[in-house]
Amino acid sequence: MRKVAIVGVGLTKFGESWHRGFREMITEAGIRALADANMPGSDIDALYGGTMAAGRLIGQEHITALIADSMGLNPIPATRVEAACASGSVAMRAGYMAVASGIHDQVVVGGVEKMTDVSTGEVTSALGGAGDQEWELFMGATFPSLYALMARRHMHDYGTTEEQMAHAAVKNHYNAARNKYAQYQKEITLDTVMKSKVISSPLKMFDCSPITDGAAAAVLVPLEKARKYTDTPIEIVASAQASDTLSLHSRESLTRLNAAIEASKKAYGQAKLKPSDIDVAEVHDCFTIAELIAIEDLGFCKKGEGGKMTEQGETALNSKISVNTSGGLKGCGHPVGATGVKQIAEIVWQLRGEAEKRQVKKADIGLTHNVGGSGATCVVHILKRGD
Amino acid sequence: MLGSPSSWRRIPERYGLIGSRCETCKTNYFPSRQICPVCRRRGKIVEKAYTGKGKIYSFTKVNVPPAGFEIEAPYMLAIIELDEGPKLTAQVVDCEERDVKIGLPVRMVFRKIQESGREGLIHYGFKFALSK
Repeated sequence: MRKVAIVGVGLTKFGESWHRGFREMITEAGIRALADANMPGSDIDALYGGTMAAGRLIGQEHITALIADSMGLNPIPATRVEAACASGSVAMRAGYMAVASGIHDQVVVGGVEKMTDVSTGEVTSALGGAGDQEWELFMGATFPSLYALMARRHMHDYGTTEEQMAHAAVKNHYNAARNKYAQYQKEITLDTVMKSKVISSPLKMFDCSPITDGAAAAVLVPLEKARKYTDTPIEIVASAQASDTLSLHSRESLTRLNAAIEASKKAYGQAKLKPSDIDVAEVHDCFTIAELIAIEDLGFCKKGEGGKMTEQGETALNSKISVNTSGGLKGCGHPVGATGVKQIAEIVWQLRGEAEKRQVKKADIGLTHNVGGSGATCVVHILKRGD
Repeated sequence: MLGSPSSWRRIPERYGLIGSRCETCKTNYFPSRQICPVCRRRGKIVEKAYTGKGKIYSFTKVNVPPAGFEIEAPYMLAIIELDEGPKLTAQVVDCEERDVKIGLPVRMVFRKIQESGREGLIHYGFKFALSK
């Protein structure tokens, strides 16, 4: 196995992108990542792309062929992977494995979702496909309702409050207000969250990540070749993935994600690091409760104390551990297939010291945590400066 | 839209709460499994009918429904833990949110779940009601 480094990343501005379609967004992110890597397209050996529901959202399948064509990268192999909201991270991991194994040298990884070309109802149904169509969605479940079921049980078992959850949204909007790529560059108050419309009790509008258009890309090379492209290579020191039951109800517990616990254990083992070594983390806050559970699953606090840790500000920018400096899915936006790759881009910028107004002072080691569905897939990556 | 067979083949499970059980490790499953994840090929899977009695494990009031459930909303959705062990997702009917608590006993009722558009199939199956 070879060591693998990230030498370039690129994002589009996240948001409602009426004037640009799927191909314009992913091509722009790809061009930015290649420019960031100072790499000519002719060096690229392979492409991996993550998108969740292009077939439902834009009526287009075969999307990595489209991307390779649009990027002018034919005839390189172009492979799509899909794992619902974790599609981007699974694509990253596919790219990582290709470079680590020696099969390819220079690989570009993309993640993209175009979500605003169909109605909100159609988006809700398409995203529902991340759960169990026959045994959850058929019965009237939605994604907010599945995470609401987790939240209700977390409140019951650990005394977590709606205010504690709301604190995650307030923090993530604060960070997003310092990120030029974020969908919502506006701070909010606890009151904004608590008084927002109830979507699926106890989750309110401001507990939920939005519908977003966006794309992200990253360029991977063997670490030994990284200096050819950049002075600041970022090494991928762990890449781990795990699965769990597709249905939430089939799990013993609703208040932890076994796939996240399993993937993070493997990742800490690969990197020979422990949770307290992590300076900055991008975690999957599709709903505020998901961030509370994520910081517990990742070992940043004890089980059941995610609410308390969040409320006490220990996950805020430059606190005990800076969580979701990009603004997370809540503030930066959640173009589903792009999210995992965006998390990587944010950590790369933090470790390079390029995160501008949201820069973490001590950012040596960063982690990404990307969840598919209600936890049936989880991918954890750990990055550190390659010097 | 899915064709009729996708609905018909689920009728025993959705109408009668027919799941499965592994005779080797005595674990009950709902919905049914073809292979026991614990025993794998040593497992012996047989059919298992559930009584429809259970309790509320977690619940939520869905105000923003998915396509097809607009006329139902708002509705109570819960994870039910059946007395025989497995958990499932179902609506809880004939109650207000304030009546529902984790741990309350419930029983299965047979109800219309949804329909495939104006001219499509009407799908029936299980919902739950609070036990009196």
